[in-house]
Formats: sequence, structure tokens, C-alpha cells
Amino acid sequence: MTNWQHGREARDTRLAAGAKFANGKVVAARDATRLLEAVIRPGDRVCLEGDNQKQADLLSAALLAVDLDKVNDLHMVQSGVVLPEHLDVFERGVAKRLDYAYSGPQSARIATMLFGGKIELGAVHTYLELFARYFVDLTPNVALIAAVSADRDGNLYTGPNTEDTPTVVEATAFKDGIVVAQVNEIVDRVPRVDIPADRVHFVVKADKPFFVEPLFTRDPAAITETQILTAMMALKGIYAPYGVRRLNHGIGFSTAAIELLLPTYGEKLGLKGSVATHFALNPHPALIPAIESGWVKQIHSFGSEVGMDEYIRARPDVYFTGSDGSLRSNRAFCQVAGHYACDMFIGSTLQIDLQGNSSTVTTSRIAGFGGAPNMGADARGRRHPSAPWLQAGREGAPDVPAPLRRGRKLVVQIGETFGEKNVPLFVETLDALALAEKLKLDLAPVMIYGDDVTHIVTEEGIANLLLCRDAGEREQAIRGVAGYTDVGRARDPRAVKRLRERGVIRRPEDLGIDPLEADRSLLAARSIKDLVRWSGGLYAPPSKFRNW
Amino acid sequence: METLNLRHATHRRAGGTGRLAIIGVVASGNLEVLVERVLPDDECLLEIKTAADGFGAVWSAVASDFVERHSPGGLRFSINDGGAGPDIVMLRLAQAVRLMERSAS
Repeated sequence: MTNWQHGREARDTRLAAGAKFANGKVVAARDATRLLEAVIRPGDRVCLEGDNQKQADLLSAALLAVDLDKVNDLHMVQSGVVLPEHLDVFERGVAKRLDYAYSGPQSARIATMLFGGKIELGAVHTYLELFARYFVDLTPNVALIAAVSADRDGNLYTGPNTEDTPTVVEATAFKDGIVVAQVNEIVDRVPRVDIPADRVHFVVKADKPFFVEPLFTRDPAAITETQILTAMMALKGIYAPYGVRRLNHGIGFSTAAIELLLPTYGEKLGLKGSVATHFALNPHPALIPAIESGWVKQIHSFGSEVGMDEYIRARPDVYFTGSDGSLRSNRAFCQVAGHYACDMFIGSTLQIDLQGNSSTVTTSRIAGFGGAPNMGADARGRRHPSAPWLQAGREGAPDVPAPLRRGRKLVVQIGETFGEKNVPLFVETLDALALAEKLKLDLAPVMIYGDDVTHIVTEEGIANLLLCRDAGEREQAIRGVAGYTDVGRARDPRAVKRLRERGVIRRPEDLGIDPLEADRSLLAARSIKDLVRWSGGLYAPPSKFRNW
Repeated sequence: METLNLRHATHRRAGGTGRLAIIGVVASGNLEVLVERVLPDDECLLEIKTAADGFGAVWSAVASDFVERHSPGGLRFSINDGGAGPDIVMLRLAQAVRLMERSAS
């Protein structure tokens, strides 16, 4: 007779082996490595939870210390490769193969290790792609996750940084996998149940709270006049004419400038209530003045941000919060929201080529793109109309009969023509191509493909790529806002002039923008301290952002 | 230290009645622009003193685009540059023209 229960039996065997180190579900931190040796098998797919904010750092260290005779050749399937231990496990031979989405802080080392053959790379995914594969062909055998607290039954409270945890646990626990959670404390009753106990098999109490880092805090003091001018153009030349209410912002200074101009310049343009009302967005401190001024109706978040907890608790009309009052974030749902329910993505990048392809990859770094490709991509499965989406679709395909015309998501790349250290934003060829060749990748790591980009905004102007009718026009439209970079200076001035006459390219003066207003006094907050003041003292910035 | 004098013909007289204006500061990455309405209506002049040598071609390109975009006929710009990027140069020049348009001093 066929046995249909191999997975369940294997899980029960692993649970029994692990139970030797547990009191109920609770395992002492000193036994963490022995627990992992008991529940992990060579070659297992393991998700070592590495989110943006919250890291299972104790379990990473415990995994790194395993006996290689018992645990080896693991296949790591995790969204973030963030901590040094996430790569040390490959260096040591605990793990062999990697599928991931984002590796910001480890981007240089991961490139070196890939090139040196220390890591067998499956693929670099977007968050949603990797989550999707958790349910198809990359289902974890073991998930090592992080939470704030647990009760003795194993109910978990993740705190505001719920992030990837529900998705990882769903895929693991319901397919006969083992879920091990590290928690900061064990309590009689968790503030709210983010993960129900019957999906959690072991709980390890960590000696110190899990590592968390402020990633979305931009100090208004560092915003330049050029970024302010560019932000003014975006508001007047894109937010206003399309009436963009539902959107996602990137994490750079250009979009922070837009957030800080809403209550000032946006107010003056009469846009309050008709743009930027609903966001898929982390709790950016720079959005506090707009929230306090009544601009923002609702925000759903991928994760939280250090220092924003008390502010969020006090603004439940704006944020999603749990029965305990604290933020409930969820990366998978927020990514879906950004992909399908937002009419615009606007964000920065490091390189844009002549077709409008963009990448944050340089020849020595593979950062991955996390969520940006899903935010910054037209949602081909979208079926519900909205005014901005229909307008973008009309501009892109005026000859298609309206009932059969797809709308388009507005995908806007914004930045200064020369970025940090005077590196040009525009290039003839993306560094990503050289990297793909060097590492023999099938695909060059492109963050946003040119055919998804609808607008490029720089201090020189806005290029509306929807209005370009062929590749030649598109190239000149891009060159025409590329300023004094080599790409910009190689423009055909007559072609650019014609594009400007057609409104494909618009300069600040074409938009009626007064250059005298491009001044730091236009920012609703000019420092972190101003943001604290706007929040009524509820925002508590981490010490690295305090200079008073 | 480098000095550049860029003279251009213009299509139109600069708007407004302002005689003189000043904007910006001499600082690293910034520049100070003094603008005076002292030339015939069909020409303009940019007199540039810059701390960064070897950027003549970029200055020349920025000046041409500026004249094309803002037609500052009759204006002389005296520029003290602390190594500003072309983005800030263009912004300050546009601001100077705007000050002349709106001030009657």
C-alpha cells in the first residue's frame, strides 16, 4: 500500500529528536545548536529569517556552530542576506545553495563568494517571487524565525516588525516543516497573537533582543535644493495632472523631499485630498508632517521603523494596528498592495540606461532588489480601473479602443543627474551587464525594466516616456533630462527641442515652477528634531539621528 | 582658480525692471551670482571666477542652455563659484533672472 505520509512521519521524527532539548516547546539558548542539529537534516531547505528590520541573529549564530557531520550542504531560502553569519554558513560548509531577494549590507561579499564558487546561486528574486516559490518548489523544511515574545504554548508576538514571518511560517508549518522561533522574552500572555502556537514547534529565549536597524529614516537636514526642485516638479508635473492618490514611495532623499513638500508646496498647489492619500509604505518619519496636516488617510506597511512605535500607536486611523495597539506589518500583503492597489511607484536608482532600464547593481556588488521590481512594474493582471491608471494607459496607447486598452501603472524614476560622489545617474550601458557576464548569470540584474518606466524626473525636467512613439524618441527623451552627464551632453538638441514642444519633455519653467521657491525653507521639517516636534514628541529617533 | 567670460546673443530682453540682484553664497559646492541690467537688450555676459579648474566645457554648455531657456537679454552675471555642480549653477542663474523679474530696485 502506498504511504502518503512520509513528510508527516519525518516531521514527527525530527520533533521527537528536538524534544530532548526542550521543556515543552521552550529551549535554552545554550542548547540552540544541539536543537538545530536534531531537527535539521543534510541538504534541507532552510529559511533563516532575515527581514529588512528583524533578524534571527541568535539562531544564525547557532546554525553556524553546528557539527558538520550532522548538518551540511543546506539550501538557504531566505529573503534577506543581511548578517555576516548569513554568509559565514556558506564559508564553513553548513550551507551550499542560496535563493534570496536582498543582500544590502552583504552585497560586496556575496559577489565575491559567488565569483569564488563558495555559493551555488539559485536566483535573485523579488520578495513576492521568493514567497511564491515557498509554496511551490522552495518550501522550507525548517524555518528559523524571530519574534518579540512567546507564551509557553508557543503563541508568538512579532511586535511591529511582523514582516515576512507569517509567510515563512505558513509555507513551513503547513507542509510538515519545523518552525523554531527565537524570542526576546517568554511571557504568560503575549500582547497579541501574530503566529498561533500550533504552527510553532520550538521557542528559544535569546539573551539579548534581536538585531534591528533603522533603514527608512532620512534626515531632512541632508536634503539639497536640487532635490527640492526635483520634488516640486514631480508634484506639479506628475502627482497633480494624474491625480495620484494610491502610491508607494522609494526610500531615497528625493522621495523624502516630496513627503516634506506635501504640507507646504502641495498645499499651495491645492492638492490636499486629491493626491497622496493612501500608501503602501514603511512608516517613514519624513511623512509625519503630511500625516499631521491631514494629507494621509491610510498606510499599510511592509515592516516598521525604529523610533516610530509610539507615534504609530497614537495614529491608528492612519496605520494598521493590532488589538494591542502596535503596528501590524506584513511584507507579502504590502508587496501585493504595492503591486496591484497602487497607481504609482516613485523611487530612485543608481543607473539608468538609454532604454530606461535601471539597476542598483555595480560591478562589485549584488544587492538584489527586494521589493522594488514588484512596486516598479506594471501589474499586467490588474483589472480594476482608476483615473491615473486609465490616463497613463491612454497616453501610452492612444490608438487602442478604450474598452480594450490596458491602463498603466505610473512607474517614475527620480534622481539628480549626478548622484553621490558626482557619479552620473545616466549611463550608456548598465554595470549589471558586465556583472552578469562575469558571473555567467542568465539574466542581468535589472531592477526596473525600461518598458515599465513611464517617467524620469531630474532637476533638468520630466521625461514622459508614455508619449514616446519609438526607441529613438525614447532615447532622446532620456538624454534630454540627463543634464550634463556624458549621456545628456550627447543628445540631439533638435530632437530634444521637438520633444519639449510636444510636452514629452517638460522643464521647470514649462511647469511654471518658480526657482526661487526651490529653497530649504519649503521643507515642512528641516531636521530630525523638527520631525519630533511635528509628532508631538511621539517619534523617538535612534541616537545616530540625534544631534541635540 | 580659473576665469571664464561667456558672451551670448539673446532673443529677448530679460523680464521685469530690476537693476541688480544677488543670490547664493560662496561656499563649497555652491556659488554666488551678482546680476546687473547693464548690457544692450540683445546680449548677456557671464563672468565666472571658479575654484574648480578644467570645467570650461561644462560651463559653456550650461551657459548656452541657460540663455536658450531663459533669454536673459541685457544682463551681466558676475559669478563666484565654489565648485558647484551644473544643477546648482543652473538653479542659481534661473533664480537670478527671477529676482530681476520681480524686483523693482
